[in-house]
Amino acid sequence: MLKALSRIVAAAALLGLAQVAAAQGQLTILWAQWDPANYLQELVKDYEKQTGTKVVVETTPWPDFQNKAFKEFTAKGSAYDMVVGDSQWLGAGSTGGHYVELTEFFKKNKVAEVMAPATVAGYAEYPGKSGKYWAIPLEGDATGFSYRKDWFEDPKEKAAFKAKYGYELDVPKTWKELGDIAEFFHRPKEKRYGISVYTDNSYDALAMGIENVIFSYGGDLGDYATYKVGGIINSKENIEALKFYKRLYGYTPPDWGKTFFQEANQGITEGLVAMSMNFFAFFPALANPTTNKYAKVTGYFASPKGPTGKQFAALGGQGISVVSYSKNKEQSMKFLEWFIREDVQKKWADLGGYTCNAAILKSDAFRKATPYNEAFYQSMFMVKDFWAVPEYAELLTAANKRWHSFVVGGKGTADEAANGLAKDWEATFKKYGRAK
Amino acid sequence: MSQPALTGSTQSAVPAQSDAGRGMSDLAIRNWFIIPTIVFLIVFNIFPLLYSLGYSFTDYRASMNDPVRFVGLQNYRELLEDEYVWANFVLTAKYVIMSVAGQVVVGFGAALLLNRSIPAKGVLTTLLMLPMMMCMAVVGLFWQLLYNPSWGIVNYVFFTEGKVWLSDPDVALLAIAITDIWMWAPFVMLLSLAGLSAIPPSLYEAAAIDRASRWFVFRHITLPLVAPLLLIAVIFRTMEAFKTFDIAFVMASMDETELVAIKLYKMAFQEWQTGRSCALAYIVLLAVLAITNVYVKYLNRLKAR
Repeated sequence: MLKALSRIVAAAALLGLAQVAAAQGQLTILWAQWDPANYLQELVKDYEKQTGTKVVVETTPWPDFQNKAFKEFTAKGSAYDMVVGDSQWLGAGSTGGHYVELTEFFKKNKVAEVMAPATVAGYAEYPGKSGKYWAIPLEGDATGFSYRKDWFEDPKEKAAFKAKYGYELDVPKTWKELGDIAEFFHRPKEKRYGISVYTDNSYDALAMGIENVIFSYGGDLGDYATYKVGGIINSKENIEALKFYKRLYGYTPPDWGKTFFQEANQGITEGLVAMSMNFFAFFPALANPTTNKYAKVTGYFASPKGPTGKQFAALGGQGISVVSYSKNKEQSMKFLEWFIREDVQKKWADLGGYTCNAAILKSDAFRKATPYNEAFYQSMFMVKDFWAVPEYAELLTAANKRWHSFVVGGKGTADEAANGLAKDWEATFKKYGRAK
Repeated sequence: MSQPALTGSTQSAVPAQSDAGRGMSDLAIRNWFIIPTIVFLIVFNIFPLLYSLGYSFTDYRASMNDPVRFVGLQNYRELLEDEYVWANFVLTAKYVIMSVAGQVVVGFGAALLLNRSIPAKGVLTTLLMLPMMMCMAVVGLFWQLLYNPSWGIVNYVFFTEGKVWLSDPDVALLAIAITDIWMWAPFVMLLSLAGLSAIPPSLYEAAAIDRASRWFVFRHITLPLVAPLLLIAVIFRTMEAFKTFDIAFVMASMDETELVAIKLYKMAFQEWQTGRSCALAYIVLLAVLAITNVYVKYLNRLKAR
């Protein structure tokens, strides 16, 4: 029995050594399971050809993504050399010691000059305006809209719309116009609805949808430098934005109270809605005739302006960070140097990735490459994000609770939801010693 | 010729058996069976349980590398003073009552029907048990489709065209409870059926001779004799319903459907408030133990009768 045991132990040790040896010759990147991760896997084949280092993009479903990444960080595991993490993770990733600081890398490679400024602030810098960087902007993303061009361009609809609202039916330039159009096309008896907006409160969908409107209405989530939220998150502008979002929810298809990117695209592919809010990263499926029979008549536009002309879009997308516990940190840095090269960024964009390289974003070739790239380009220069502090998830939970109750549950008033949230966030910031 | 050969092989087998018997005593054999189980229990159950008890008195956050600080009973105090946590418990209690009561009524009713001699009884019983063999998340997704206000079959069957179920704060919890009833009533049915088939027919015959009414027979013969097994089903289902996560998480995201297990999940794995979530897990554990204890006492009383 002892002999058998010793053989098993020896075999396990050999297997372990073989795995370590294999791991040293390869880099592993953790990302969520979606199309951009497939594009990245395609892109890194070039890196292997050029350097001989294999790069594997390991993916996990979106609902499990944050959980899986942080479980690995908690265990100080070296399974992943890099992670393409959400922008909100920057606080926990940096102050928790999970990400390698990339400030020197940024300076040496002039990353801040090459990438679009909003993406550097959103995906890389923490704390805000500190000049400390923890990630390289990888996949730019923001909320935008898809819409049914054939409905918008139908002469009968145009005439009826003009008769009712007094102006031409066209791509909305303001949130008010967007509300009117949603109301106009909302015809439940015909199984046709005005709009699809995010309402799922299990992660950040609802918050991204609402902050989209809040920022353009001239409101904000708080003072990111002092962590003051009272008077800001419950400002007059925010309350109006919240009321408006609830109005939009009224024009959604029935039972639209737990919707995120899948349902948003479903609204268009099933011919249910006139307009649908979604992150740009999910638009390729809408432009593909095999996944959307209305692909040819689907158009795209950036988030419209608020009442005072301010225009913002909620930031999506992710930056790529080197994991502190990786055994291949130097190789990972070399990979990042390769990734930010302009020719690689160009290839990244050609494959379908949303590059954050400002020059490529501004180029005509990029803007005309797909029906949604122009709207994406416009959005990436007006993005704004949620809190990125380590306790962002607690802030998100409170926002989900207050906002979902009002918007979907129909409980209380917008004032009560906003004031309640201000109280919750103040308590959270006080608990972590950020606010006095 | 065959006789000596047989004897020879028997002779050679006997010493081998006695060698093995000498090599391992009864005590050793017992230990080989028991020790791995005890080690497994200690490593995977007892140790994490005690470890998390320790964490419940700290401000530990698994997502951060900050030093862990002992905070005494602060987590417990804050949780018990938190109106949201109480709301989650009240909601869970409502859900448990709706779900378990529904399962008992439907499951016991089905068992009473199946206890008669009906055609294809075996096939029918097997078919009725299918729901509880399915994955809970799949059942949740499946029922989400059934509840769809535009084309879901639920509105068609109940003539409630266009009724919104899962986004309506007033009915979302009920809709989830109905799904749970559909899934787990067969479990109650199975245990009840076992109890019903164990009742001696002579009791019913005696009642028939005495011209006892159907209600009298049910009240004084059927129910008391099935009650212990039925109560065991209720204990299991109450514990499970109290811990419900999958179905509710998959089906709806209303504030009114945030059961305590969902709250715990969010606190532990989205907000990474590890110490605090350990404390909440212990509060849930104590609540489940208290409820189970009441049931077990009642069960013992029933058995004693």
